[in-house]
Amino acid sequence: MGEYLSKYFKLRKHNAQVAFKKAKLSKMCYLFLAPYAIIFATFYILPVITSIFYSFTYYNILETPRFIGPQNYLSLILQDDVFLKGIKNTFMIAVITGPLGYIMSFLFAWLINELPRWIRAVAVIIFYAPSIAGNLYTIFSIFFRGDAYGHVNAFLINNGLIDSPVLWFTNPKYMLPICMVVILWMSLGQGFLAFVAGLQGIDRSQYEAGYMDGVKNRWQELWYITLPNMKPMLMFGAVMAITSSFGVCDVTMALCGYPSTDYAARTVVTHLFDYGYSRFEMGYASAIATMLFLIMILCNKAIQSLLRRVGT
Amino acid sequence: MKKNEKEIKAPLIKKRHPNRSVGGDIGIYIFLLLVAIAMVFPLVYAINGALKPLDELFMFPPKVFARNPTLDNFSDLFVTMGKSWVPFSRYIFNTTFITAVGTAGHLLVASMGAFVLAKYEFPGGQVFFKLVQIALMFSYYVTAIPNYLIINKLGWIDTYWAIIIPAFAMPMGFFLMKQFMEGLPTSLIEAAKIDGANEWKVFMGIVMPNVKPAWLTMIIFSVQALWNNKAATYIYSEEKKTLVYALQQIQSGGIARTGQAQAVTIIVISVPILIFVFSESQILETMASSGLKD
Repeated sequence: MGEYLSKYFKLRKHNAQVAFKKAKLSKMCYLFLAPYAIIFATFYILPVITSIFYSFTYYNILETPRFIGPQNYLSLILQDDVFLKGIKNTFMIAVITGPLGYIMSFLFAWLINELPRWIRAVAVIIFYAPSIAGNLYTIFSIFFRGDAYGHVNAFLINNGLIDSPVLWFTNPKYMLPICMVVILWMSLGQGFLAFVAGLQGIDRSQYEAGYMDGVKNRWQELWYITLPNMKPMLMFGAVMAITSSFGVCDVTMALCGYPSTDYAARTVVTHLFDYGYSRFEMGYASAIATMLFLIMILCNKAIQSLLRRVGT
Repeated sequence: MKKNEKEIKAPLIKKRHPNRSVGGDIGIYIFLLLVAIAMVFPLVYAINGALKPLDELFMFPPKVFARNPTLDNFSDLFVTMGKSWVPFSRYIFNTTFITAVGTAGHLLVASMGAFVLAKYEFPGGQVFFKLVQIALMFSYYVTAIPNYLIINKLGWIDTYWAIIIPAFAMPMGFFLMKQFMEGLPTSLIEAAKIDGANEWKVFMGIVMPNVKPAWLTMIIFSVQALWNNKAATYIYSEEKKTLVYALQQIQSGGIARTGQAQAVTIIVISVPILIFVFSESQILETMASSGLKD
């Protein structure tokens, strides 16, 4: 009996010691994580919560926020024609440039993968540079300049295709397509880098095993060996592509003006800026931000569940 | 010995894939070449624009390449800069300060957090990482307005901190660092601990020197974000404005400044691109561990 009791207490003591050590280790972990966690919570989590809160109020910074229920959302969807135009434009840009940019990122990463080392390094720089080149895209406003000194207009006039210069960024017919070209030009970003790196990391012996098993051409190799190996990078690239394609505003604002003719280049984010920074209707702007947040998260979740099935 | 290895390896690598057709290879090379030309064209066009004298900028028909390249636009730009109300070196200082402090802080703060998340298990750790992953999924614009209100509450409006402190917590760098650190062998850390090093020493002495590629990646993403930051909504005193903002003021100075505007663009974009060129291989090493697992 005594032996049993002493064993019991020994075990208890041991457990307590382990728990103490664990607590000490956790404390250390929390201390290391704390600086990042606090700043992250303040500038990334708290804003989302405040945004949701203000979206149910009327708030113009000067007066205290007044609770008005779902009124902001109802006005956005039922009465705000400009917002609906913004949603339409954003979805159009996202549906076209999102998947296309994503496919381009993968395709070019895959095609340059087998090039000799230094050519590949140069190719990565050429493809990636536009996305880190800040506002180099403003060069397109000179290239597509509305007068006869713009290259596109000069070329078309010289060849007799048009007789007077086209106002590329003022005519609603051309605004969005040109913006999409520019966005696609800039779309080989972080996702592209992840693909290049991921393709380099695939074990070569898998390909050799593939030849033995009768993989006939590069397409079969892509589907049966490369893509399944790239799944985590494909997920990462998809997140990058969706997030950037729904957040479009820089390019359209810089090229088409703000506000653009007939709101033809308005996006959800431009609308958000309009109400947030020009009209100071923070409650309304928060409702726009919350909707944008939901759209981005839902799209990401949907695409991720789709990508899980690649190569299976 | 080493030479022998190379000799054996070299033919293996050079060997063509048995399942590739020559026609397909040639087609791909031509396709890639055309796309590369299209991708690089706007950059070449911008550089040539910056080198064109004024009469060539407004020539009909316009030419892509400058016929009499000159650096006049750049020297004119310096003259314009000299005339600004706030000395131009001040703008350069502002941007350099914001970029340097923001990047250094981001590197330290995010690496510390990433280290414990990657190497230890503790309650709440995985939940926190899930939150960071969700933060990757929405862009900066979603939080722009509440961020302004929060920074206003903190009293940081019109200070450098309004840009610097939020940059410390950029989710992208944190995410990449954590994924990269997971690849570090745990035995390395345990060995140091047996030798009596505490966590801080392990972090600074063992972990950080071993994740240099990830640093460079964090640095380029952070520099790119901060260097191009106009900060127009947070900073309104002229003497605290950033370089990009000041240069854009020059840019919007009308037709006569067209050449200078293009010179501005070239100067602004050269910094992030040069950093990328010099750190490409390390960045690619980091991106190899960027995958999202579920």
